[in-house]
Amino acid sequence: MSMFFAILVRDMRLSVRVGGGALMGALFFLIVVVMMPFAIGPDLNLLARIGPAILWLGALLATLLALDRLFATDYDDGSLDLLMMGRMPLELAVAAKAIAHWLTTGLPLVIIAPVLGLMLNVEMRAMGWVALTLLAGTPALTFIGLIGAALSVTLRRGGLLLAVLVLPLTIPVLIFGVAAANAAIVGPAPFGPPFTILCALSLASFVLGPFAAAAALRHGLE
Amino acid sequence: MQLICENLACVRGGRDVFAGLNFNLNSGEALVVTGRNGAGKSSLLRMIAGLIAMTAGKLTLKGGEADATPGEQAHYLGHLDALKPSLSVSENLAFWMGYFGGGVGIEPALDAVGLAPLASLPAAYLSAGQRRRLSIARLVAVPRPLWLLDEPTSALDQQSQLRLAELMRGHLDTGGMIVAAAHGPIGLDSPRELKLGRRGTELL
Amino acid sequence: MAVIDLANPTRFINFVNRALPWFAAATAIAFAFGLVLTMNAPDDYQQGATVKIMYIHVPTAWLSMMCWGVMSVAALGTLVWRHPLADVAGKAAAPIGTAFTFICLITGSLWGRPTWGTYWVWDARLTSMLVLFLLYLGMLALYWTAEDPGRGSRAAAILALVGAINIPIIKFSVEYWNTLHQPASLFRKGGSAIDPSILWPLLIMALAFTLLFFTLHFAAMRNEILRRRVRTMQMMQAQELAGAQT
Repeated sequence: MSMFFAILVRDMRLSVRVGGGALMGALFFLIVVVMMPFAIGPDLNLLARIGPAILWLGALLATLLALDRLFATDYDDGSLDLLMMGRMPLELAVAAKAIAHWLTTGLPLVIIAPVLGLMLNVEMRAMGWVALTLLAGTPALTFIGLIGAALSVTLRRGGLLLAVLVLPLTIPVLIFGVAAANAAIVGPAPFGPPFTILCALSLASFVLGPFAAAAALRHGLE
Repeated sequence: MQLICENLACVRGGRDVFAGLNFNLNSGEALVVTGRNGAGKSSLLRMIAGLIAMTAGKLTLKGGEADATPGEQAHYLGHLDALKPSLSVSENLAFWMGYFGGGVGIEPALDAVGLAPLASLPAAYLSAGQRRRLSIARLVAVPRPLWLLDEPTSALDQQSQLRLAELMRGHLDTGGMIVAAAHGPIGLDSPRELKLGRRGTELL
Repeated sequence: MAVIDLANPTRFINFVNRALPWFAAATAIAFAFGLVLTMNAPDDYQQGATVKIMYIHVPTAWLSMMCWGVMSVAALGTLVWRHPLADVAGKAAAPIGTAFTFICLITGSLWGRPTWGTYWVWDARLTSMLVLFLLYLGMLALYWTAEDPGRGSRAAAILALVGAINIPIIKFSVEYWNTLHQPASLFRKGGSAIDPSILWPLLIMALAFTLLFFTLHFAAMRNEILRRRVRTMQMMQAQELAGAQT
């Protein structure tokens, strides 16, 4: 367990040091959300109606783009080789990296989402619910994206390949995340079912992600 | 303790790099793998470390821990230093000690490679040789019986090479094993030599 | 001491150490004076006391733009003359400009709540400030990402100049995008439309914020110079150790 925390602490520390990307995801999120009204128009009623969808799309893109370098930096400096020689199963090491990544990239998204909701004229009360769906759903995005990050590092390509690989896999999360958020705000469907499915997706990806990513790293690296 | 390699083969990118490689290495022995570029020296080390799959053959560490692979009982010193420039010297080492579990402590390990005065500096400020030495400190800090060293003397100055040789002798004296890939002498008195070449391999 | 002497970092630090208390005192006095005037300024007949948020909102808006101007001049200094102090001036200005822009946005949003009934409206001028805020954040991200301060400064200098060219274009575009905005009223053609009872407190507050900017900027520049010296000394320490051992 101490090995698990060693990785967790190191990755969190790296992300807040010089060159780390701790708040970059949140910054990207802010920019994507601000761009939307420029395309759609400053109609507050319209923005309020599609606000949850905009926030979810923004969070999705911010999470995925931030994952690009998750394994790449460790691959480039040789750390990944040594991580594979540890006593701890690689799956756990990978999971520790993903959790550290979510804490420094995903969680800030959830925290600033209410402020952005304000700008999209989403009601204060409703914003709590949207933030709750993001809190439940962004771990799923990180852990599904983890697979893409592992695949793209073994192919030595990053950036768009990651998005192309992973975006289709995140469609269920997007569907149920926005469904739950809308259910909470306008109804009439109940909030419970889509939110429960969203939590289930997160839990399932929590198991699937590290296994698939570790397998990709084991078989892909030479 | 004994490292036994039986009938190892390596195919990379569709090309036979080596095949039918057999050798045993006992406690306290060092093996220097030589051969021209592309002969598979690095591949052999990475294979023992468990970083690339064996095409054929068997690798065992007799007398080692039963539930761990040879790679999990080995240190690998590759061409890359596995350091994070934004972490300090001691933070870098502390992470690997935490990850590999236990060890002799940060201070003595840094002292062994002569980096103790720089413990609090970011690794970004180190020169190539100093980075290499910090990487070597990892081997000292966490005891593991098998050292896999790929060109260990590269980037090291004369004095650091001597210091490394001393560390290697110390490791062998305490029953450790070393497999090193090198083009020249690495400072050990009488290591065994394994020559990889196109017409098969010779164990000298 | 001639102004040109200040181009030497050591002299600059000496100058800052001596001048900073005076700047700080002048800032405090200007703020005290400005706040008293603000308190005595008349309420708006429609908006009531909320209008007084303007005395913070408007000066910070001016300063956030002036700060980008300072960064652009510093950027020229970095790129054309390669002067180390210009680097430092640009880097020190970025967080201050970000903070002023942020205060401007927050006060605009607080003013919007009673006036528009919501914290945020995509009003052209507020939106332009928001875009400026994003540009500032990008600048901070650039400084944050660069490990080597010299290289980071040159990249940031180019971004500052590109931003300086782009900001008017952005402003024009945003106004086109949102034609429902109030006209800028202070420097309208044919003299100011604002009553002197409001204008004076506003100008004094603007002066106070300007003094605050320079106080903070000088202090930040001094800190950045010292930070770079620490970095250089640490690197020398690493080199000396290497030298001593061979």
